[in-house]
Formats: sequence, C-alpha cells, structure tokens
Amino acid sequence: MLTTTSAPDHDLVAGLVQPLYVLAEDGTRHPDPTLDPLLRDVDEELLTGLFLDMAVIRALDDEAVALQRQGELGLWPPLRGQEAAQIGLARALPSTDFFFTSYRENGLAWCRGVSPGEMLSVWRGTTLSGWDPFAHHMATPQVIIGAQAHHAVGYAMATKAQGKDDIAVACFGDGALSQGDLNEAMVFAASFRAPVLFFCQNNQYAISEPVALQATVPIALRPTGFGIPSLRVDGNDVLAMRAVSLFAARHIRSGKGPMFIEAVTYRLGPHTTSDDPTRYRDEEELESWRRRCPIARLERHLEQLGTDVEQLRAEAKRRSLEATTALREAVTTLPEPAPESLFENVLSTEHPGLVRQREQFRAFRNSLAPEQADGQQTEGSSA
Amino acid sequence: MTTTPNPAVTTAQATTQTTTMTMAAALNAALRDALEADPDVLLIGEDIGTLGGVFRITDGLKDRFGADRVIDSPLAESGIIGTSVGMAYRGMRPVCEIQFDGFVYPAFDQIVAQVARLHYRTGGTVQMPLTIRIPFGGGIGAVEHHSESPEAYFAHTPGLRVVTVADPQDAYSTMRAAIECSDPVMVFEPKRRYWSKGEVDTTVTADLSSARVLRTGTDATLVAYGPLVVTALEAAVAAEDDGISLEVIDLRSLSPLDRQTVAASVRRTGRLVVTHEAPGNVSLSSEVIASAVEDCFDHLEAAPERVTGFDTPYPPAAVEDHYLPGIDRILDAVDRTLGRRNSREAA
Repeated sequence: MLTTTSAPDHDLVAGLVQPLYVLAEDGTRHPDPTLDPLLRDVDEELLTGLFLDMAVIRALDDEAVALQRQGELGLWPPLRGQEAAQIGLARALPSTDFFFTSYRENGLAWCRGVSPGEMLSVWRGTTLSGWDPFAHHMATPQVIIGAQAHHAVGYAMATKAQGKDDIAVACFGDGALSQGDLNEAMVFAASFRAPVLFFCQNNQYAISEPVALQATVPIALRPTGFGIPSLRVDGNDVLAMRAVSLFAARHIRSGKGPMFIEAVTYRLGPHTTSDDPTRYRDEEELESWRRRCPIARLERHLEQLGTDVEQLRAEAKRRSLEATTALREAVTTLPEPAPESLFENVLSTEHPGLVRQREQFRAFRNSLAPEQADGQQTEGSSA
Repeated sequence: MTTTPNPAVTTAQATTQTTTMTMAAALNAALRDALEADPDVLLIGEDIGTLGGVFRITDGLKDRFGADRVIDSPLAESGIIGTSVGMAYRGMRPVCEIQFDGFVYPAFDQIVAQVARLHYRTGGTVQMPLTIRIPFGGGIGAVEHHSESPEAYFAHTPGLRVVTVADPQDAYSTMRAAIECSDPVMVFEPKRRYWSKGEVDTTVTADLSSARVLRTGTDATLVAYGPLVVTALEAAVAAEDDGISLEVIDLRSLSPLDRQTVAASVRRTGRLVVTHEAPGNVSLSSEVIASAVEDCFDHLEAAPERVTGFDTPYPPAAVEDHYLPGIDRILDAVDRTLGRRNSREAA
C-alpha cells in the first residue's frame, strides 16, 4: 500500500469530505492546521494584491467577451468564476516554474506578464500562438484536451535530469479526467517521481457535460490510484488556493514526486462565446455559485480586517480600465499576417515541396486582375 | 538540412574505420555515437533498457549511458511521444522507440497534433527535435499489428520528416542525421532487414531529403523504399536475364519527397513502376506517380504501374507472402509498362 508522509493527515488525499478552505463564504477566516503555516506572511498588501489581480483579470475577461460580441474576436473562452483558482496558483509559484495549460488560463497568462495583444491574437485568428513560451515560462493554449499533461511531465523529467529545481505544472479541467493522456501522464509522473504539479480546475462542466460523467467519485481521489498525493480545495478561496499551491510546490520541489490539486470551482460563463449554457444548467444552480464569487469573498474578508474597501474598489476600477483600454487597443492593432506567411515554419529547414507551392501561389496571386490583387499584394509584400 | 556540427563526431571520424555489420548493429552504433556526442540526446521506449529492445537495437546502451538516458517507459505510446515533447521544450533531443509499427496509433494525436505542429504553431519559437524510430513492414511471420506499414499517415502530415532506411550504411548515417536534425523525424526501419549485413563507414553523412539511384538502367524506373529496396535490386538483376534494364531508386525520404530524382530518371527511361508493402490506396505510390505525371508527363511512354500490398488489413502470416510485393509481381508490372506479355493480358 502506497502512502506518503508528506501529504496532510499522512494520507494520499485531503479535503475529500469538505474541500480545504481558509475563507468562509462570508469572508471570515477559518483556521486550517495544514494551510495556516503557509499563510503566515499574509498581510494587507498581499491580500489587496490578490484582490486587484482577480478584479483586473475579470475585467479583461469581460472585455474580451465584449470584443467577441462586437466581431473583433472569433471566439473567447471566459474564465469568470475561476479567478481565485488561477490567481492563487500563479501568485504562489516563482515565475520560472513552467505552465502547460489548456485554453482558459488567461489569469495565469496575465500573472506571467503576457501582453493583451499576445493574449488575444489566437482568438482573433492572426496567429496560432500568442506568445513566446520561453519568455513567460508558459506554453501557449493547448486545445486538445489533456495533451499538455504529457508535456508537463516530460519537462519536469528533464529539469530533474538536469539537476535543476524548476517544476512544471499541468493545468487542465474536469473534462481531461477522461482522456487517456492525462491518465498516462500520471503513470509517467508517478513512476519517474517527476517534479510536476497536476492542477485541475474542476469547474463542473466540460461544455455541457457535468463532471459526474467524467468521474463518479471526487476527482481528487483519482490520482491516489496512481500513488500521487492529492489536495481538494475550495477553488473560489484565493487564500486557500495560494496555500495549497505553496504546499504542493514545496512537496514537489523537495524531490518527493508529483502532486495533484483539484480546485473545486465553477464556470459562471459559457464554455466559449459560441456556447449557450442555458441549454444544460439552470438559473438556481448558477445563482448559488454567483453567491460564492471569489472576488466578493475576499472583499468581505478585507472589509472585516478594516481595509478601506471603497478605495480598493476604486483602485481596481482604475487598473481594470487601464488594462481593458490596452486590450481594446491591442486587438485592433494586431498585425494581419501576410498571405505567404502561411508557408513559414512548417519545418525549421527548407522544404522543396513547399517552396514550389509558395511559388505557384505567388504566380496565381500575380495573375489576378489588379483590382483583385491590389489589397492582397500589399499585405503579402513582405515576401 | 540544418545540422549542428558536432566536435565529438569529428573525433569519432578520425578513429572509426569501415566495418561489416548488420543493420541492427549499425543502428545500435548510431544511437551509441549520438548519445556519446551530445548529452542532450536520450532514448525512451518500451523494453529498450534492461532488455535492449525487442529487436536488440538498444542492446547494451542502458549499461553504458544509464537509466536516465536510456529510459524504459511505461506501456503507453502516447506517453512516450508526449513526454518527449515536454523534454524537447526543456532542450533535450529524445529518440523514441515505438516497439512495433502497429503500436504507433495510440500516439497518433501526440505525433500529428503536437509534434508536427509545435514549430508552426509557435512561429518557429519551439523546436521539436524528436526522432521517432519505428520498426515497420512484414515478412517475419508475425501476429497481427506487428507487420504494418503506416508511413503514409505521417507522410501526409505537414511538419514531419519521414524517412526510411534500406541497408546498414544508410541506417547508420540516416539515424545520426535524424537525431541531429532540429525537425521531428520519423525513421521507419525495415525490421525484416535488421539482420542483413553491409559495410558501414561512420564518417558517411546523410541528408534526410534525397532519394538515391542505386542502379542505373534505361528501360524503366523502379522506385522502392525500406524493405523492398533489396527486392527491387533483385528484380533488376532478374530482369537482366530478359534483356530489360531497370533503373532502381531508393526514395529514402518519404516526406519531403525527392521528386526531382524520380523525374530525372523517368525522363531517361520513360517508364515508372513504384513498389511498397503498404496498401496502394492513397499511398506513397499514389504520390510518386502523381508527381511524375505532373513533372514529366511528356516523357512517359506508358501508364505508370504500382506493386503494393492489397487494400486489405495485413493478412495472417500464412498468406503474407502473397500480400507482399515480390520479384515476380514487380517484373509482371515491368512487363505491363513495357507492353510485354503479362498476367493481366493473359487473364
């Protein structure tokens, strides 16, 4: 029987009955023997910082939805409701730990300094990748569900082989639990004691499918079958999120192998801007989760601590406006790729077949009537 | 081809001589030399460590380089490739072994949706210098899933280099080039030729993109790759008895395709026969013939012919000799293209 002394309660899983939390829904501080030691450094500055991060990323997310509705973006996957899960994780880890994420982790991207234009280009359709993964220690959005879990494990195995203490984080949702890749990745991670964190945002739905279709037991129980210790945490409690992330990172960095976090949260918005969630969930359920808003919860907590919340709200508004203005400006100024750029970077080296096709494409465009070709040739002039 | 010049290879060049060895030994030597030359190279696959691989291609390498560089992986092909993707992100150059051709399908998503696209997806920022080794083809009397030729799936996929090897020298040089290449390279190794012997000079390099004319001839061009290169050469010898002069081309690279070498040959001979073990439907022969028709239609004096596996799943071993293209079926196709008496005429 596999056991680990590093997980809370000397068990493979914690938070199974009641997800770990330190902030109650009314904002009061709840003591937790496991997480409290990790929260000793928490002061008003740290709390307001987390508040501002969450407020700004929500504003950016809302602005991106608006941009999609106005036809400036082809698609957008809103993260509304999941701010605490993402900000709590991102602010707990050093910026050199590498994230391999799905496509809804724009809160992580924001914390990693990804610019608004870099965040949007994929969704505007001008690129397939918004940013340099190495510059931000974050791979660009993975669309194939669960595929990135392997990448995180491989990256982690390599850092270990190189004798470095960077860790990798695989971020995925509840839908990925059914994918072979995630399950295989957990086998590799456990067998090689890879320094990797499996970070599941259980937002209750994979598009329309409820989590019960992917897992008939709590998700946090699944990794224990692989021998991976697991923490189930209230994903709408940013302080608890930060604490469990610190806990897991410390465990992993100390050479004890992988760890799993299930952040129990809720996607308040649609799967993407193309989705209609009224077809699969009711208003009552939605309202119950709106009451558990992670931002409001932290605000209540700050209020109880005596923070000037009015002033904090004003600051959040100011920063949000700054960020959303930059976002709106970035989206309209994103460069349109030249037509011939579609032939670039298929291989890192010259490909005779593609050279031939590009020449034929160029000849075809040149053969078009001037009024047809004019605009296109201006765009393609870089070639 | 961009390859990084490697000082260690130069050292090896100075001390290595030409020796006779099997293709299996040549591949083993190539992997050993690559591991020796570059600390970022590592091997990963099922049973490749302690056992040395089911075909013994990695024999002795774990003892020499350690379990961290010759990694016995869990039995998960998608995991082998996906884990290697992550390692490549961190600067490693993984050489993955897929144990048998028919086992590659669980890794299909990681290969075609990740490995093949990451360079393109990231605008050239992320390189995927993976080498994916796959023993392929039939003729060894194996059970199902152990005799397949899945190369066309991958040749169809943009972003992958797909190469085959045909003899020990080619195997050594191509494997070294594949590992040094900054693109993902799939190397299809003809398992029934693993034990064929030949001279190997470790200083000879390969370019991963060109076909080679193995035998010049004047009457027809016979194109083959992998396990059927030997068969094609034997067919050319047999054809001589009938006074037919065949030019034999080993394609080597299946993607990109060296259509210039094929076209230049067809312009000389005016006739084209393509052979491979894989089913003919939407296959390498489809592509080679289409290319030749586009490139040198005016030089063709007869319709191109192909000799391939039938459009069936790979059959039971007891009848695989009927499925696999052999000398007689190839010569029958040569007869058709030359307008000589042939089986279809008789029918």
